[in-house]
Amino acid sequence: MTQVTLSGLTKQFDQKSPPAVDQLDLEIESGKLTALLGPSGCGKTTTMKMIAGLLRPTFGDILFDGNSILSIKPEERGAVMVFQNYLLFPYMSIADNIGFGLKMRKVSRKEIRSRVADMLDLVQLPGFEDRRPKQLSGGQQQRIALARALIVEPNVLLLDEPLSNLDAHLRDEMRVLIRRIQTDMGITTVFVTHDQEEAVVLADKVALLFDGRLQQFDVPDAFYETPKTREIATFFGGTNFISGHYQNGSISTDIGEFRAPHSAIESGAAVLSIRPEAVELGTGGDNSVSGTIQSHVYAGRYARFQVTIGDIEIEAITEPGQVKLFGDGDTVPVRFHPDKIWVLEGDSAKQPVGADSAG
Amino acid sequence: MTVAPAPLPHITPHSIGRVTLRWVGIAGLLAFLVAPMIPLFIWSISFRWFYPDILPSEYSTGAWEAVISPTNNVLGATWQTTLIALLVTVLSVLFGVPAGRALGLYNFAGKRIVEIMILAPIIVPGLAVVLGIDTMFIRYGLSGSIFGVALVHLVPTLPYMTLVMSGVFSNYDVDYELQARSLGAGRWATQRYVTLPAVFPGVVVGALFTFLISWSQYILTLLIGNGQVETLPILLFNFARSEPAIAGALSVVFVLPGILVLLLSSKYLSGDSAAVGGIGNI
Repeated sequence: MTQVTLSGLTKQFDQKSPPAVDQLDLEIESGKLTALLGPSGCGKTTTMKMIAGLLRPTFGDILFDGNSILSIKPEERGAVMVFQNYLLFPYMSIADNIGFGLKMRKVSRKEIRSRVADMLDLVQLPGFEDRRPKQLSGGQQQRIALARALIVEPNVLLLDEPLSNLDAHLRDEMRVLIRRIQTDMGITTVFVTHDQEEAVVLADKVALLFDGRLQQFDVPDAFYETPKTREIATFFGGTNFISGHYQNGSISTDIGEFRAPHSAIESGAAVLSIRPEAVELGTGGDNSVSGTIQSHVYAGRYARFQVTIGDIEIEAITEPGQVKLFGDGDTVPVRFHPDKIWVLEGDSAKQPVGADSAG
Repeated sequence: MTVAPAPLPHITPHSIGRVTLRWVGIAGLLAFLVAPMIPLFIWSISFRWFYPDILPSEYSTGAWEAVISPTNNVLGATWQTTLIALLVTVLSVLFGVPAGRALGLYNFAGKRIVEIMILAPIIVPGLAVVLGIDTMFIRYGLSGSIFGVALVHLVPTLPYMTLVMSGVFSNYDVDYELQARSLGAGRWATQRYVTLPAVFPGVVVGALFTFLISWSQYILTLLIGNGQVETLPILLFNFARSEPAIAGALSVVFVLPGILVLLLSSKYLSGDSAAVGGIGNI
């Protein structure tokens, strides 16, 4: 059980380009599964390699349980990284691959053999000792790579895109396996992914990075319900944005004023965000306006409507039965439930207060 | 596909092609490698062999006795040739492998210039290079010594070794080393258990051919050796004009390592080993 602290961690590969990782502060909790999430090239893998000791930070510090480990060599850190492309040593048998870390630690052959067998049981590939990496499928190679890392009982397990090279059905299987092993062994685990769904499903906490900077470090649902910025909300996808001005717990927009008790800002230029699933069609009352249905799609498990309110078009996802109630061109009441609205900081330069309504 | 008559079992057009190709290959090898050796061997055991006889009219073991006899110093020359070739091979591996790694794995300022500099000894005739080197070697007392000869043999061998290894390393994923470090291997253990096995076929092929290039050097040995370093090619050349029988026997001795090397390296030359990729880069 190891708590990992990143403090002002920075990596700049050369002077001309901006840092790959920029002033990263992160508290990775002991025994938890933490995701480093972000688009490709955002510095996730660089961060991971610095924790493993495979890259030297330009500035900043890395602490395990409060002690700086920057001067400790990678082989002595106990932070084991599993690479995205598995990197099983091709000229070694599966048993030699898994036992590699123990051999380096001068463990006796007999003990290595029995622990390798235990590991193969753990990753559900018993009896694979004498096979060669080439004979294994991608999913099997991934599990062997995981076993090879786990056998040395690492303080910190680092997984680089553990699911990205797998087929959809193997991905679910692997996800369950990683979660189960991680929970059983209680290893502090960090994994890198570019897939927000993967991060949300698997991780206890998610650190979102854009351009080497930490955007938000939170529990998974917070990224959907209370994202810090419009950029973050956009990355998690499928949200309606309406510009306006926020004051005294309500936001005034071109299409009306809405009560919105939940907000990332105190007051000022703002953006109302509401997820399509939260938009209610056909419900009047407070926080409702009148909209016109432009088009709709029936998708079996749900229905999707494009609705215009004044000059603004929004998307609503409802239960599928609603397609029978509303047709294209109908005017319907549209309600934004106050608890479902999340107010974000707006762009004050582009949206001067009241400019739209004045024009 | 389904309507076509089933091909005869075993003998498909594809397998006929393969078998024929293999025999053509073996025949070619015999014709070009073994056949030229036959007259040499016959020379070595002939006493009288005049045109237009196909075989000698009289045989003798004299040439082989001369080869074995200490007066001609064949054993000494063989030992010296081997010593020089081994020294050259060790030096080529020591410098060529790291240089090949740098060229194959990393990008650095001036890499292109370094590559051209490495090729230079192959482009510029060795004779011209060595005439220049010779005056320097005389000044430093390297002329006429085994070590001096070995150093000058590096002129043709080191570029070869470096290019082979740069090819090998350009197909090599350096992340394997990071993976090993992360799993608990130190620097040396990583080289020993991860890097070396991965590039080993390339090192073997490069080393064997380096050995052969050094083994068959004549002009470089003659110039730098100053007549004081007597290797097999020097000895062979001395006998070539005057004593064809002894030259024939010496030639047989001389080509043996080559055949040995070919047999030893065939495992690494065939198939999809990384070393073949390296040779393709030259």
